[in-house]
Amino acid sequence: MMQEWGNWALDTARRRGASYADARVMDIRQREISTKNGEVGNILETETLGIGIRVIANGAWGFASTDRLTREGVQACAAEAVSIARASSLAKRENVSLAPEAAYVDTWQNPFLKDPFKIPVERQIDLLLAADTEMRRVKGVTIAEGMMSFKRIDQLFVSSIGSRIHQLKMHSGAGIVATTFAGSEIQKRSYPNSFGGQHALQGYELIESFDLVGNAQRTAEEAVELHHALQCPEGTATIILGGSQLGLQIHESVGHPIELDRVLGQEANFAGMSFLTTEKLRKLKYGSDIVNIVADARLEHGSGLGTFAYDDEGVPAQCIPIITNGLFTGYLSNRELASAIDEKRSNGTMRTESWNRLPMVRMTNISINPGQWKYDDLIADTDDAILMETNRSWSIDDRRYQFQFSTEIGWEIKGGKKGRMIKNPSYSGITTEFWNSCDAICSREHWTLWGTPNCGKGQPMQTMGTGHGASPSRFRNVRVGVAFSK
Amino acid sequence: MTPVKKKSPAKRRASSKHHDPGRFSVAEMENLAERLLKLSDADETEVEIDLSVDALTRFANNTIHQNVAEHTLSISARVVLDGRTARATTNKTDDDSLRRVIATASSLARNEPKNPDLLPLLPRQKYKKVDHFVRATAEATPEDRARAVARVCKFADKQKQTAAGIFATGYGRALLANSKGLFARHDHTESEFSITILEPNSSGWAKRGSANVFEIDPDALAASASHKAATSRSPRELKPGHYTAILEPSATLDFVGSLFYDFSATAVHDKRSCLNDRMGRKLFGDNITLWDDVYHPLQVGPEYDGEGFPRQRVLLVERGVPRNLVYSRASAKKMKAKPTGHGFTLPNEHGEAPTDLVFAGGDSSVAEMIASTERGVLVTRFWYIRDVEPYEKVITGMTRDGTFLVENGKVAGGIRNFRFNQSIIAALSNVEMLGPSIRASGEESFDMVVPAMKIRDFHFTEVTKF
Repeated sequence: MMQEWGNWALDTARRRGASYADARVMDIRQREISTKNGEVGNILETETLGIGIRVIANGAWGFASTDRLTREGVQACAAEAVSIARASSLAKRENVSLAPEAAYVDTWQNPFLKDPFKIPVERQIDLLLAADTEMRRVKGVTIAEGMMSFKRIDQLFVSSIGSRIHQLKMHSGAGIVATTFAGSEIQKRSYPNSFGGQHALQGYELIESFDLVGNAQRTAEEAVELHHALQCPEGTATIILGGSQLGLQIHESVGHPIELDRVLGQEANFAGMSFLTTEKLRKLKYGSDIVNIVADARLEHGSGLGTFAYDDEGVPAQCIPIITNGLFTGYLSNRELASAIDEKRSNGTMRTESWNRLPMVRMTNISINPGQWKYDDLIADTDDAILMETNRSWSIDDRRYQFQFSTEIGWEIKGGKKGRMIKNPSYSGITTEFWNSCDAICSREHWTLWGTPNCGKGQPMQTMGTGHGASPSRFRNVRVGVAFSK
Repeated sequence: MTPVKKKSPAKRRASSKHHDPGRFSVAEMENLAERLLKLSDADETEVEIDLSVDALTRFANNTIHQNVAEHTLSISARVVLDGRTARATTNKTDDDSLRRVIATASSLARNEPKNPDLLPLLPRQKYKKVDHFVRATAEATPEDRARAVARVCKFADKQKQTAAGIFATGYGRALLANSKGLFARHDHTESEFSITILEPNSSGWAKRGSANVFEIDPDALAASASHKAATSRSPRELKPGHYTAILEPSATLDFVGSLFYDFSATAVHDKRSCLNDRMGRKLFGDNITLWDDVYHPLQVGPEYDGEGFPRQRVLLVERGVPRNLVYSRASAKKMKAKPTGHGFTLPNEHGEAPTDLVFAGGDSSVAEMIASTERGVLVTRFWYIRDVEPYEKVITGMTRDGTFLVENGKVAGGIRNFRFNQSIIAALSNVEMLGPSIRASGEESFDMVVPAMKIRDFHFTEVTKF
């Protein structure tokens, strides 16, 4: 039926005078389970099926979506998209034009071993509750929480240039958190990452690889111990960031500023703009010579939340060099905006949250290439630093210059050894100064493709999953402790 | 919105009786709920149906670049089986899909442990009426929105400025029914206009949201944003430090917005609220009084909570003293209190929260706050606010789109944007002046009724490059 719905949409749009049309039929199934202090918190399954139709008419964009998937419903939706495009043309400055792209007929799905929707829910709950029990065995834990989520996206893209692309994506994620209240302080530790755990385009095998139960006690003990730890000092320091924190640093201070729609002002009212104005392309020294960052949506980069075969306007997945030996070398673009940076083709980063949302320029997997350092050698090579792990708080200005991050936990590094625990670690800086201060990146064996499942952008707001490959890295002369300054 | 002669508020507020969102009438939605309830053989069943039609016109660089409409339906069933509960949701209305949604919820419930906090579903309730549906908003067209946007883009062009923003209108109906005979319905409309006006090195912003699209004046909002952009040209850099801060209502909204979940009884029970061990003790200044009040004329929420319990008006803070929390039925039972009608849809682990907050205002205008300030910072809006320390309620964020130095009682020009790290508790103990409370819109928090505030010793910790 998906193909038929797509055809009805394209035929109607064409008949109504659209010069271009595409449609996304998406059938999305989700399962969410959470536990808290020995009980099931949330347990929910959701399914949603519908079609989003995007057209150009009178040289302007229109988009409409519906879940009424009768012939009449789809045709009315396509007609509405054309009529909206005609209304848009009341305030157009020039006609929309798209960079050329070939038509593709293809089918793709990400590899996974175990379909999480076929794993009995009882087993999934039991796993979270077992980790919960382990965390609550540790004296001082006030809240033990676990969460697991799965999403299956079955989608068909069709376009008036003749593309017909069927993709199936399976997304899994899980995590645990121990929270402690003591005196006048709340602390927490999460595993394997904070804010929902680790997520990837994989099956249930990903969840099994975490060993949530085996890591629960340590996670809880660290949360309790934080109350007795040293307060993060205020000043300038060398810092070593753990992989997941560096992943979020990449997301905020590289991934967002390279979105070409932001650069060109399309997000000015909400998500903001970017300091990376177009004259900086291939001229700005973004980072130190050892910093190499790519935007890679291809499966060979890994099964991340930004992995696909085609983006949501039918452009094949690509690997884009973003920072090359420290030099700023690329933006994320789409078919409409590619010409603004003199590119002949979109680099394939249009993505949509669901059938009822318009695709927009989005991060794929924005990853730092691994360096040469073994982790132990990096610590041994560091005389005086703070090691910071697992994000607790993040904030950056609307042009992506000035940022501040806090992590759940830190440790002193003194004389090449990991020392006392540090609580409330935080650091801040200016994006380009920070990346230029990077002097060591750990090797492939310490590199993980982290998943950020909750990136918000656009109006109406869309939440998207993005991937960030990173390994622990060292930065010099970074301002620390400002978040807690008096 | 095209200028239309404004009618009296009484006439503009039209009944929703004859306006059906999308393809379903009230009777058809009720019929859908009945079908679902009949399909279920669980001990108890609750059905939630949400229907919405939303449209949004987005503009940037003085042109429309995105214009969208969506029609969505959500059919959700929660079943209770032998002390267990689970939920499943679909947007498909055929019999097979409805049967599947019940079967999925039942299967999830059967496979979980018993929930000791689970209460029987509520029987039929009596609700105090609210009217949050305005026909004119529901009937706004893409052409209406495009004409208003074309006008503000032309205005920006004339000022040699660049405009970006949105004009959104929408309407919807939510229906909640259960096998014990409860039935609740909330019809609502919403409209929102937000505009950023850019100059080469400055910007200004304004936003308004309302159930009634006629209460939104895009031209006035554009003029205000334009004025802010023009008066903050070539911003100077000020040293970070403690300043008197004058927060316009949108800035107040986003600053205090992080506080709402702290008034959840579950958050206090879990010891993750900043009110833990602090109820009944002086925490804020004498001039801070706060309610949750869905019946306030500027609020737009439904008159019942996620379980269908009638919402109560709750005094949260009285002259600086936290007095009451809000409760779901489960947290009320656990904490030996009465439910207040603030529970989230079940099942969930978060409990409840106040979502129709109303801060008591004062009678000082922003102009009077400026005139009374020797040296301070005037803030239009905040951005990217996140928790730093949850018990002292230290939050961080940036100023954005119109930050000004105030000197000797006057606005002395634009300044580069600041990062702040500031305890909300400390700030609300340092409020020197309050403006009248209005329904404010921001980007970090849901809309609330809040005043402008003049706050001493606000901690701006770092400065950015623009």
